[in-house]
Amino acid sequence: MFERDSRNATLPESSPLGVSLESRRSFLGISLGLGSVFVGALLSVPLIRFALFPLLRRTTQLKSSPVGELSEFSSLTEPVMRTIHIEQVDGWRTNVSEKVVYVTKDGQGQLRVLSSICPHLGCSVPWNKQRNEFVCPCHDTIFAADGTRVSGPSLRGMDALETSVENGQLQVRFQYFRQLVSHKEVIG
Amino acid sequence: MHSAGTTANNTPPPSESGVREWLNRRTGLDDLLHFTLDEPIPGGARFAYIFGSGLLFLFLSQVITGVFLALYYVPSADHAHKTVAYITKEVTAGSFLRSLHFYGASAMVVVLFLHLSQTYLYGAYKGRRELLWFSGCVLFGLVMAMAFTGYLLPWDQRAYFATTVGTNAMGEVPWIGESIKRLMRGGTEMGTLTISRFFVAHVFLIPAFIFALVASHLFLFRKAGAAGSVDENPYNPDRTRKAELFYPRQVIMDLSLTSLLIVGLGLLCFLIPVQLGARANPADTQYVPRPEWYYLPVFQWLKYWHGSAAIVGVLVIPALVVLAVIALPLLDRSVERRPWKRPVAMGAYAFLVFSLVGLGLRSRYLDRHDTGVAQQLAKQRAEEDDYMRKPFEPELSSASLAAANMTLNDPLAAKGKTIFQVRSCNACHGDGGVGTAAAPALTGIHQEFSPDQLANLFEHPTAKMKAGGMPPVDLAPDDMKALIAYIEHLVP
Repeated sequence: MFERDSRNATLPESSPLGVSLESRRSFLGISLGLGSVFVGALLSVPLIRFALFPLLRRTTQLKSSPVGELSEFSSLTEPVMRTIHIEQVDGWRTNVSEKVVYVTKDGQGQLRVLSSICPHLGCSVPWNKQRNEFVCPCHDTIFAADGTRVSGPSLRGMDALETSVENGQLQVRFQYFRQLVSHKEVIG
Repeated sequence: MHSAGTTANNTPPPSESGVREWLNRRTGLDDLLHFTLDEPIPGGARFAYIFGSGLLFLFLSQVITGVFLALYYVPSADHAHKTVAYITKEVTAGSFLRSLHFYGASAMVVVLFLHLSQTYLYGAYKGRRELLWFSGCVLFGLVMAMAFTGYLLPWDQRAYFATTVGTNAMGEVPWIGESIKRLMRGGTEMGTLTISRFFVAHVFLIPAFIFALVASHLFLFRKAGAAGSVDENPYNPDRTRKAELFYPRQVIMDLSLTSLLIVGLGLLCFLIPVQLGARANPADTQYVPRPEWYYLPVFQWLKYWHGSAAIVGVLVIPALVVLAVIALPLLDRSVERRPWKRPVAMGAYAFLVFSLVGLGLRSRYLDRHDTGVAQQLAKQRAEEDDYMRKPFEPELSSASLAAANMTLNDPLAAKGKTIFQVRSCNACHGDGGVGTAAAPALTGIHQEFSPDQLANLFEHPTAKMKAGGMPPVDLAPDDMKALIAYIEHLVP
């Protein structure tokens, strides 16, 4: 391959200071090496920050969705159905989907927002006005107006969602829960 | 463990005195270092020789920043612009890295020009170094091709229209021009296939060729040896003349250019980050496209050639110039390397450089003095500034239900959607009827069944449907109509 040809290279035999050339060259080599490593490290900072962006900031996120004005629900007598838009941020895109929730009150008269997904096998549970209860169309699990289980194959009551109030707006954070278990467990 | 000393010639292993010694024995690292650093430079180190290593540094920087940018980039007309906006506006250090890649391309063109000029002016293409010159010419073309293909990828107005003009120029080539243009675009118009093609060329094809050619360029360089000073014979260099080793002085000189490039590019990216304009709008008839500065001379040149003379300007003259440049070591076989003894070569160089600079300046001058164009260009810059000020807007996924809802202007279908939800059809058939594990998708079902057939199926499900858990749907005729109207809107 290559023919090394340093025979003609002439170098000063010794330095005027009496320091050997070999040690001068290696000192320079070490300084240049260290300098290059330092500059290289400096240059890799933006690269590392760029690649670690998902660690530094949230890139995926389920945003809370507005359900309606708080005042709309002040004189609630039975659960009301609301269609909410849930926005799932996924990097540079968002998925918007619609979910049906029910706004109801618990035993203490506090507002509760229930997911309409049956904790049994995931059917949408509608409110039955005549019977004054939720009746799942798939396997006839019956839930009370506050979402607690009355009868049927479901192992738990309807799932209440995390709520908050912002500027008089009722907000809800939609989540999915594991089906066929007796305790509420977030999935996804 | 081994049993020691069983045979007489069981010599002990050489003592491994330190990691470096061991590593060297295994890899030959010292020889490699010696080979790279102790390259003889006849006539001594010079600042004139620093451009090659500067180019190598820039190329590596482009490769690294390019790989990182690909972490977030998506090459499709739907997403390219959105993902570049995400890189520029959201990702930490994204604007900086994109700027580094963008300005790095310009810097490569500049340093490449300097490298080429130095080689030319010092007569270093002559004699035994002709293959080195050929591979350098190919590399020049490849770098320009990288600049051309990379420019489109952000898919903003500037990129889109510059590339439209660039590919149109290919169409001017007689006979095969139209085919070349279509091949480059992946069709008659610019579109998502164009991005795919440019992306593949920019990220896989051209870089592979560049890697191969850089390797052969370096190999040929070491094989032929450094050109040395201008009074050296290019065919049979005097091997007995004084030579300085590459390390340390030339290394330090080379590093000074690299440092200058790092500081210069770093400052540029920090102070004037590269802009991104609004997403390409092919319907925009007002947009005045302008290429990046290094393509301005070609752009201006092509303006002069139209009609029957086009073949001369678009094909014959450029082809002759390119061929003359490539064939230089064959055309100019004289031993003379001193610039002051080569008036023809120097004259040709000055003519070419002045022509290129002149054409570029002429293009700028015309743009500034045509009020219509100047106003439009200013407007385009203002639009880019506007777009940069806007916060990042994520792209609404097309699979997303809201996207489907927006097209649901039919009030009957909208009513049907409410029924679909209240009746819990979505419980099993999924939101938007996309289907779940429990029940099949309803999208496109209206193409198989007439509305009456659908209504009949919903009211009287077949035995198979019943077995799958489908209950009979009991609706007033108007509601059934609405539900079916909604189902007719469902798209996969």
